[in-house]
Amino acid sequence: MDTRRGALAVPKVRRVGFFTPTEPPPESSQRPNRSQSGPVEATTSSSPLSDSPSGNLISPVLIPPSRHHSDNLTSHAAAPVPVPGPAAFRRYLAHDRSLHVGSYNAPDSLLGTSPPSSNGEFSEDSVSLFGFQRSDSTKLSASFPNGGFDLTLAVRAPQESETIIETASASEGKKKIAEVSGKSESVTTKPQKEKEPKSLKDKTTKAERRAIQEAQRAAKAAAKGEGKRHADESVEANPGKAAKKPQPKKERPPISSSVSEKTAVAVEKEKRMDVPQTQMQYDDKSRVDKAKRRAVVEQTETKNKVELFLHLPQYERGSQLPNLSSNFFTLDTIHHAVYKVGLQHLAGDISGDNARCIAMLQAFEEAIKDYTTPPMKDLTMDLTTKINGYVSFLIECRPLSMSMGNAIRFLKNQIRKLPVNLSEPEAKASLCSDIGRFIDEKIILSDKVIVQHAVSKIRDGEVLLTYGFSCVVEMILLYAHEIGKKFRVVIVDARPNLEGKKLLRRLVSRGLDCTYTHINAISYIMREATRVFLGASSIFSNGTLYSKVGTACVAMVANAFSVPVIVCCEAYKFHERVLLDSICSNELGDPDAVANIPSFSTKAKQSKMMDNNKNLQFLNLMYDSTPSEYISMIVSDYGMIPPTSIPVIVREYRRENLLL
Amino acid sequence: MPDVQSMVAEFVNKLRKRKIEGSQATAKCTVELLRSVISHQRVPHANQAAALIDAVKAVGQQLVAANPVELAVGNVVRRVLHIIREEDLSLTTAAMAGLDLLDASDDDDIDNCKGIGYPAMSAAVVAAAARSTLRPPSLQTLLEGTPESATVPYTSSSGADSESKTADKSSLTRKLKHDVIEGVNQLIQEISGCHEQIAEQAIEHIHQNEVILTLGSSRTVLEFLCAAKEKKRSFRVFVAEGAPRYQGHLLAKELVARGLQTTVITDSAVFAMISRVNMVIIGAHAVMANGGVIGPVGVNMAALAAKKHAVPFVVLAGSHKLCPLYPHNPEVLLNELRSPSELLDFGEFSDCLDFGAGSGSLQVVNPTFDYVPPNLVSLFITDTGGHNPSYMYRLIADYYSADDLVM
Repeated sequence: MDTRRGALAVPKVRRVGFFTPTEPPPESSQRPNRSQSGPVEATTSSSPLSDSPSGNLISPVLIPPSRHHSDNLTSHAAAPVPVPGPAAFRRYLAHDRSLHVGSYNAPDSLLGTSPPSSNGEFSEDSVSLFGFQRSDSTKLSASFPNGGFDLTLAVRAPQESETIIETASASEGKKKIAEVSGKSESVTTKPQKEKEPKSLKDKTTKAERRAIQEAQRAAKAAAKGEGKRHADESVEANPGKAAKKPQPKKERPPISSSVSEKTAVAVEKEKRMDVPQTQMQYDDKSRVDKAKRRAVVEQTETKNKVELFLHLPQYERGSQLPNLSSNFFTLDTIHHAVYKVGLQHLAGDISGDNARCIAMLQAFEEAIKDYTTPPMKDLTMDLTTKINGYVSFLIECRPLSMSMGNAIRFLKNQIRKLPVNLSEPEAKASLCSDIGRFIDEKIILSDKVIVQHAVSKIRDGEVLLTYGFSCVVEMILLYAHEIGKKFRVVIVDARPNLEGKKLLRRLVSRGLDCTYTHINAISYIMREATRVFLGASSIFSNGTLYSKVGTACVAMVANAFSVPVIVCCEAYKFHERVLLDSICSNELGDPDAVANIPSFSTKAKQSKMMDNNKNLQFLNLMYDSTPSEYISMIVSDYGMIPPTSIPVIVREYRRENLLL
Repeated sequence: MPDVQSMVAEFVNKLRKRKIEGSQATAKCTVELLRSVISHQRVPHANQAAALIDAVKAVGQQLVAANPVELAVGNVVRRVLHIIREEDLSLTTAAMAGLDLLDASDDDDIDNCKGIGYPAMSAAVVAAAARSTLRPPSLQTLLEGTPESATVPYTSSSGADSESKTADKSSLTRKLKHDVIEGVNQLIQEISGCHEQIAEQAIEHIHQNEVILTLGSSRTVLEFLCAAKEKKRSFRVFVAEGAPRYQGHLLAKELVARGLQTTVITDSAVFAMISRVNMVIIGAHAVMANGGVIGPVGVNMAALAAKKHAVPFVVLAGSHKLCPLYPHNPEVLLNELRSPSELLDFGEFSDCLDFGAGSGSLQVVNPTFDYVPPNLVSLFITDTGGHNPSYMYRLIADYYSADDLVM
């Protein structure tokens, strides 16, 4: 127990933030130096609850057995001191989660040595301990705008959480101060104001400093805000330090009703903050510049941008690849596995949503295996920032698909929910097993379920039409062939990727009867088809299918010819966003791929020479969105559902995902 | 005569081998060929219009059989036949008017005919027939037709006054042929000038800042867009590339050369882009009598998408593309499958195709045309103006004789 606690670097980070690094860790030597943490000291000394078994702790690193402590915690239910708001809501969340962890996730509960009930409270404590750290970590993520994946989340998070902190912790601080010491508020806060910036500069990590810088920049805008912020930060510091010591924790249970309401609201906010993962808008110059400065991949922008798509990244492909691959052994910020996957995405070696997602998750797994928490840092926080860095690198290589976004969110959730009592190897093992479980359950197993469902819809003598290459559809067709169904397959393909050829090759070599054509001939070939099977990149909660460009055309023509359209999609690809058209959210491929046309049509070949004309642009859209009215049925691991059921599944699934 | 025969054979060969592409080029070649056929045709004294018609029909049948999908050939042949019939009719009526003046004393129609002699007589017969074809078929025309054929025997028997009109006769023959050739020349001009006529209307249909989607390569569309550009309209054109043949790239190149803002998109992105498009303008391969359009492959997809997004779908068609036939199953019957090598390289899949038992088969479908049903078309713009799809049958009736619909 002690060793595990010792491994937790969380209290250290607090210390790093506000103390000189030269100071030795022992608490005894440290405390007197903390001139700015007067009120906290006062709290510890004068609090009536300080005589708890853990009150006489020597080092903040070695926190006494918390089970014992949490027992105390319940017994001191009558303590009058209010609780820091954010900490409380964190605790609420953590409690909720940890319960489900116990029920859903066996490895997690096994990893914890303590019994489940105490485990819950344990994490409760620890979470409240790090309540403010969390807010820090959100700030951190703000300082690493990861290209747009959860940029708004990151941007919004610090503000909101800060306001919460401001209100809650300010009041708390006041009360504590009033209660605890004879010192006036002004006395306590002033020295902090003076000292804090300096000490911060000295000891915070680069990331934290950046976060603070940003916060200060924001504060400059509102002149009066500055003082407040410092006060806020100082107050913020107080509960953090206070939390290090066990005493204030005991006072947690008596949550006043108003506070709990506030926490409920905060939880709602938190949930909402989690939702919008809007992409970075590339017509926002300042933000793009900011992102560029941090970028590992130096993308050159295409000369001839399509005006309609200025909000999407339009980069030239391939030019930076040799440069990047030469950097492979010199780059230290990005884990080599992630780097490799990034390059594979960039070069287009991995395509297909499932493949990309699995590759990314496996790279993250590698990275987590090789990860060691830096001496003065917390695993939860540091790993999240690491992952954010990886994600932004991957985005630089190629914009993430929706399903990858979902997977990353899952992973981050997993990291955030790590029980604090886990040692680093245990935490890493838990994360790795989570990732493995995600791949197995959400992708591989659900594909199998989908195949089972979809095969029941194939009858003898049918002509199945499919578009492009979808690995689920391939599995369905091969399985149906294996179990002896007699059918014919029409593969519709489209330039420039011509992925259908891959499918055609695999099917033909397995002995299926195939017809191959291009998408232009879709209305010619559709009269033969009896069913259309389509893969998906994502399905949004308004039932819109977001998939490879051309899918909408196929679905539309099928609809016009009254051919049922069956979409095969794993539930992890469902997304709670809504989308109406294919313009607002999309990915642009390499325009040269459109410009280069096969050699046999020599007449049209000269068009390549026109590349440099500014009036001529080539647009290579990667995705389009199919309105839900064209979709007859969606086959997912939750069964065969109409597109109207997507929001329901998303809701249920999301809850499960959160608690997973 | 032999050189006409060889010309026909050569053209038939070209058509068979699909050496001539594009309905306009084909139409032009056909008309020119027919003109030389007509000019070389030795016209008998009797029934010269019928002789011309027979000659043209014979050649026309060969041409149509050579490439039944190229409907412009049939259209042009029918147009020429129509010209012959009309010229003949006008000549006859003129002649009859003259005769009326000459032999005012004669009150009987049949006596008139006797007076002119048999060549004019036969012309009158043909004229009557032509008149009947121009008129909608009715009971009266059917009844009129029978006595004329009955008149022929005894008019030929009476050749008393024929010598007096020999000079007249030769001039009359020459006049018919001359008039027909004049008419055919006009047709040629019309075919080659249809772009300008259509392009003139561009300004009425394209406004500032418009976004226009087009598909395939059509000279008519090119001229149409450029005409609007010349009138200082600035707009943006999306061109779908038209995958196996990449005609869109050609069109885009031309458009860019003329200074239009052009974006080439893949065919699969048509649905994605159509929501931001104000108008779809395509050039037709042929327009059927029901208002359906045969266009480059992929056009039906664009039309469906346009319908879904309520985007106007405008079809540009010169009058030589108006086909008097009603289509049946046009996607298959009026289509043409091109070489699979445009989609897959030869031998690309030979390694996985094993012709033993239980192996899969591979078909490659590469159609050339697409059929758009009339309900998806918003507007036709022809050289005579804009028309609704439901009006096309009437427009077409102006150009063709009902007799020639079945050749």
